[in-house]
Amino acid sequence: TMARVLVGVKRVIDYAVKIRVKPDKSGVVTEGVKHSMNPFDEIAVEEAIRLKEKKFATEVIAVTCGPTQSQETLRTALAMGADRGIHVEIPADDYVKTGPLQISKIFAKLAEQEKANLIILGKQAIDGDNNQTAQMTAAVLDWAQGTFASELKLEGEKLTVVREVDGGLETIDLKMPAVVSADLRLNEPRYATLPNIMKAKKKKVAKLTAKDLGVDLASSIEILEVADPPQRLAGIKVENTEELVGKLKEAGLV
Amino acid sequence: MKVMHAYRCAKSWLVCQRIAQQSVYKYSSSTQPKITTHYSVIPRENDDRWKDVEMERFSDEADVIVVGGGPAGLSCAIKLKQLAKEKGKDIRVCLFEKAQEIGMHTLSGACLEPRALKELFPDWKERGAPLHTPVKHDRFAILTKNWRIPIPILKGFPMHNDGNYVVRLGNVVKWLGEQAEELEVEIYPGFACTEVLYHEDGSVKGIATNDVGIHKDGSPKDNFERGMEFHAKVTIFSEGCHGALAKQLYLNQDFNLRENCDPQAYGIGIKEVWSVDKSKWKPGTVDHTIGWPLDRNTYGGSFLYHLDEGEPLVAVGFVTALDYSNPYLNPFREFQRFKHHPSVRGVFEGGTRIAYGARALNEGGLQNIPKLAFPGGCLIGCSPGFMNGPKIKGTHTAMKSGIVAGEAVFNALTDEERTNETQGLYVPEYEENLKQSWLWKELKSVRNVRLSFATFLGWYGGLVYTGLFYVLGRGKEPWTFKSKGPDYKHLSPASECRQIEYPKPDNKISFDLLSSIALSGTNHEHDQPAHLTLQNDDIPVMRNLAVFDGPEQRFCPAGVYEYVPLEGGQDGEMRLQINAQNCVHCKTCDIKDPSQNINWVCPEGGGGPAYNGM
Repeated sequence: TMARVLVGVKRVIDYAVKIRVKPDKSGVVTEGVKHSMNPFDEIAVEEAIRLKEKKFATEVIAVTCGPTQSQETLRTALAMGADRGIHVEIPADDYVKTGPLQISKIFAKLAEQEKANLIILGKQAIDGDNNQTAQMTAAVLDWAQGTFASELKLEGEKLTVVREVDGGLETIDLKMPAVVSADLRLNEPRYATLPNIMKAKKKKVAKLTAKDLGVDLASSIEILEVADPPQRLAGIKVENTEELVGKLKEAGLV
Repeated sequence: MKVMHAYRCAKSWLVCQRIAQQSVYKYSSSTQPKITTHYSVIPRENDDRWKDVEMERFSDEADVIVVGGGPAGLSCAIKLKQLAKEKGKDIRVCLFEKAQEIGMHTLSGACLEPRALKELFPDWKERGAPLHTPVKHDRFAILTKNWRIPIPILKGFPMHNDGNYVVRLGNVVKWLGEQAEELEVEIYPGFACTEVLYHEDGSVKGIATNDVGIHKDGSPKDNFERGMEFHAKVTIFSEGCHGALAKQLYLNQDFNLRENCDPQAYGIGIKEVWSVDKSKWKPGTVDHTIGWPLDRNTYGGSFLYHLDEGEPLVAVGFVTALDYSNPYLNPFREFQRFKHHPSVRGVFEGGTRIAYGARALNEGGLQNIPKLAFPGGCLIGCSPGFMNGPKIKGTHTAMKSGIVAGEAVFNALTDEERTNETQGLYVPEYEENLKQSWLWKELKSVRNVRLSFATFLGWYGGLVYTGLFYVLGRGKEPWTFKSKGPDYKHLSPASECRQIEYPKPDNKISFDLLSSIALSGTNHEHDQPAHLTLQNDDIPVMRNLAVFDGPEQRFCPAGVYEYVPLEGGQDGEMRLQINAQNCVHCKTCDIKDPSQNINWVCPEGGGGPAYNGM
């Protein structure tokens, strides 16, 4: 059996941009700020396309959840080689309250609808750093999961995943259907080249809402305030150990 | 004075040559690590690592290609599509922009004169063009170390701003991009044009976009992909000040575009945006100064504009003309210390700096404009250079040149009776029509102002001249000053110049370079050949450092160039380190390198600064 792959992509603030907290402390400034596809999602898309190129998958469907601008990220995924796109439109005001729990329910519903048997996600998004969506999606679907994947091999119904864990590398076998989350060393993503971007313009992008999928976006989490971390104070250099001990005593630390 | 200077420079050059030849042991190129790996210097045809790589490119056709999505390029594309709609013709216009998004590499003061915008979109207000801040208070002053001498701005003065708007040009450009897309201009951001293509008959055939997937050492990566070729009947080059492809075009000996004009003169503009304390915020106020911290012989000055868009934002910047002679001059540090002037620092106290960036700008005028049309192409905008220096405005003229080019090219494309001698269309009407337009009249009236500042009277003389001949005489004097040679030739050897003592940044009003660069959001794919290419890897240490004490480590506003100790070398031996990732695409190094050894080429598209409404 061949895999039908669902890949999740998220539009996040580019990693090289300096984040600024809004003056009203309700969040960070996103207006006009450079955004790109979450780096781990690029790796997920690349892996899905490689599966298709090696004839282990029949179709790669890219999915994104968010306001209108999220479509840009979908276009990049299509330019890299995904066959179709699905944009689950979530208006900006609701989107700030949306987290991994709601997203995982959306992915689960879409996987059922699209009859996908493999979901590949980035291990975490660089804005939330939650590292929860893949795990929650697997739980909602009651599927096998292979997270922090640095290598993926599909043989029939068996998926072999090499995982990057604290102690080193762990190799596990999963029975399909499964959810995989991509880690940094899984692959080096291809560029979205101009000829492919032009071809991608003709690829279909379906638009849905969470309601269409029967998913309730209500969150039990409310953001009270977003603030800058306290300014790091400059340290001082001391000449010798005696001075060091003296300063520590002064500060009441010894 | 000029003769002595030239003699000394020539002598120092000969001394360097002699040192290089004699001390092969000390300065031999084998001790200097290889710096440049870019294929424009190290060709791939003879490179073993490339022998099995597929180098063929996809190609596509358009009617018009526009290189660069700034005010000029977008105005040209919009005009073409507006005319196409009006006359019921279908023309394919493709616009390429190296920034990840339209507006992301745009940086300007800016005080916009809406004259050209009104011509392009009479209904610009209804369309929501982001011109929110009409100029209310216009002030000009001369600064000395401790004092501010206000100069009243009378109606005839070049910087009189009645009717103009303070804008965040990046947002205006973004808006222009949206208008262009509505008109079905095909816009491709994230793709740099790195090559001009030619027909057999020598006319311009189109462009090729950048290759991707090359390692830092110049070898191909697994995901290497060739760029794409785009062919068109006319290619519009609107890369902004000191464009990379424009530089190539100027070397074209068939076109000889610069044979009858002076070399362009430049300045470097460094800008910050601050969120200031509400009590310091005076929306609609426009402040310009000259004088301190620059000396009498260095042209330059500051701008400080209070925006009126909700948040108490202030745009502040400093321009230093690049014909300065002291290699110890550091434009970034001049800007930082300017902010401490007693008449200015109050604005920043209690505020937060939220953005930083830099860009070279044109200081020249009519005398520095090259030929504008050639078989297969046109030059528009700040690339050939239509900035009105004394007014400190170039956007309205850039847009006007785009509009005039769009009209001329459209007529040439749709005129069935027209005979074309070359495959690429030659549209001289663009240049002819521009010379009949208000743009040319305006530039003619200010043509001598900038150069009047370049005599030994410095800006004292310049102000007097401007007062007499521009304000009173309206620029009708019968003479035209000649330029004093390209900017890079003005640098004196370090041994003849005094080091400049710059104050340390206080991290409240003034800052260090690295934290400033971080605010520009600039980044590039790390593993690619450095796009600051050197024709000769040995010259930086042998000449730039030896004679001029490495001016590139001072004039680069992004810390790209650093002279660091050579590992394993003898005591005091240095090497040049190029931190290409920091580059903000300002082009200053390509302009001011006294050895003209640095050639700035486009890095992989999408890289560079991430300006937000700059």
